[in-house]
Amino acid sequence: MLTGKVWKYGDHVNTDLIIPGRYLDNYDANHLAAHAMEDIDPSFASLVKCGDIIVAGRNFGCGSSREQAPLALKASGVGAVVATSVARIFYRNCINVGLPIIICDIADDLSTGDTIEIDLSVGEIYINGTGKLISFDPLPDFLLDILERGGLIAHMRTQISL
Amino acid sequence: MTFSQKVLSRASGKDVVTGDIVQAKVDLAMSHENSTMVLSSFRDIGAEKIWDPSKVVLLFDHRVPANTIKTAEAHREIRLYAKESRLPNFYDLGEGICHQVLPEKGHVRPGMLIVGSDSHTTTYGALGAFSTGIGATEMAAVWATGEIWMRVPETLRIHVRGKLKPHVRSKDIILKIIGELGADGADYRCVEFTGNTVDSMSISSRMVLSNMSIEMGAKAGICFPDGTTDRWLTDRIQGWDNVETDFGQNSTPDEEEKFDISTLVPQVACPHQVDNVCNVTNVEGIRIDQAVLGSCTNGRLEDLEAAEALLRGRMVHRDVRFIVVPASREIYIEASRRGILASLASSGAVIVNPGCGPCLGGHQGILAAGERCISTTNRNFRGRMGSPSAEVFLASPDTVAASAILGKITDPRKV
Repeated sequence: MLTGKVWKYGDHVNTDLIIPGRYLDNYDANHLAAHAMEDIDPSFASLVKCGDIIVAGRNFGCGSSREQAPLALKASGVGAVVATSVARIFYRNCINVGLPIIICDIADDLSTGDTIEIDLSVGEIYINGTGKLISFDPLPDFLLDILERGGLIAHMRTQISL
Repeated sequence: MTFSQKVLSRASGKDVVTGDIVQAKVDLAMSHENSTMVLSSFRDIGAEKIWDPSKVVLLFDHRVPANTIKTAEAHREIRLYAKESRLPNFYDLGEGICHQVLPEKGHVRPGMLIVGSDSHTTTYGALGAFSTGIGATEMAAVWATGEIWMRVPETLRIHVRGKLKPHVRSKDIILKIIGELGADGADYRCVEFTGNTVDSMSISSRMVLSNMSIEMGAKAGICFPDGTTDRWLTDRIQGWDNVETDFGQNSTPDEEEKFDISTLVPQVACPHQVDNVCNVTNVEGIRIDQAVLGSCTNGRLEDLEAAEALLRGRMVHRDVRFIVVPASREIYIEASRRGILASLASSGAVIVNPGCGPCLGGHQGILAAGERCISTTNRNFRGRMGSPSAEVFLASPDTVAASAILGKITDPRKV
């Protein structure tokens, strides 16, 4: 179960907004975290707390294939991303770096600062304070497995050692 | 079978249907500067060697020559790795942009399954390859196993018919399509570009369509191989012989969109989204500080020729920096041989070495706060080319060249 405070954004939040190209020559996690969401929300990096959840509208993570985008969010403490729809490379990158990503049309029910609980394996989001429970299609088992191991690297290690 | 079903059936060794999740064998895997991230993950996985070095292509294009010490060190690491591992397909910083260089060097063939750790890997669809972008860690897994999981995508066929008017190009077509369908209008799907407009296009023009398919969320964006493809490949691949002709051209797509472009006028994507598209006439007169001609979208010979034809004998406006980035060494040499580079330089253009140039805000033309740029590149996201308060407009080579001359967004039909 993931529980966290919501940071809410709109549609088409692209990877240049999540981590601008000018910071991509350095892959250090702290460096990426310090500039996460900088061009859309300059206060994000300094205020985000461990376990917070990004909730957004359509086409989250569109644009570049840069894995630094989910890495920057994960390094800044974000515990999950929930969006109405997600661009495909970003979706795969989230799973691969071990950042839970959920496709669920929930943004209209939430504001920044709300608290939600996510059950990844059942496929439910509970909105604290309103009692509202919203279902989503859980990830296929093989992707949940990668997430549970913390990402593709750890998953591949177990594959190679088999 | 659709194109996707055919390629993914072959690559997974079983007959697939749309929606299947398959484990597919990769025919070609490309990485650029992010090879350092790939290599780091590859080592973390514990893999010892690349599954098939002949199927991996590495090159540098994003920040060439190195723009910072960090970049220089990253380049050095990969350069050394390529040498020590005897990778047969490593191109150092002199060749140009991956999405031009790989086709030029004959690495891309119709029907291939190609992955690249770059979103514009869709470009190779212009030669009939199923080609898509992935992240660095996933690429490390491909290096280790040669395989990747794929969901067999739905097909969106985009039928384009009609003859383009002068100074209207494939860039205007794709901007129009993205403007109509939206930035997620092709999400997860394989786009097939068909119709007599596409049939009569050069490979370079088709590459513009395939390249920008990702800007509407497509997984792949293909043009069916034909005689033009065959001639292009004959020049590139020794002993090229076209054996496969059925790529699913006659299959039924999940959805079809039709565009008649015979009356299309030059298009412009306004800040800060690629689907924020209008006719050039709606934004004429907006003052610009910089114009950029280049990128994996529009840095090819026909693009340089179009710009040169408009600029010949004229000067770039004194308040504008006009930056020209040929997409590859081959294009640079040919444009030089034909006098195009000398002509552009005489008109006041700044010509930089082949590479990604300022497209992603790395170097070679970063925008200051409040500045405005018109560019033939593929993304106009906030902060993409420098300051988050700068603005980027996307357009064709003709529109960019015309705007460079007058110092404001200009309809190329009026210059």
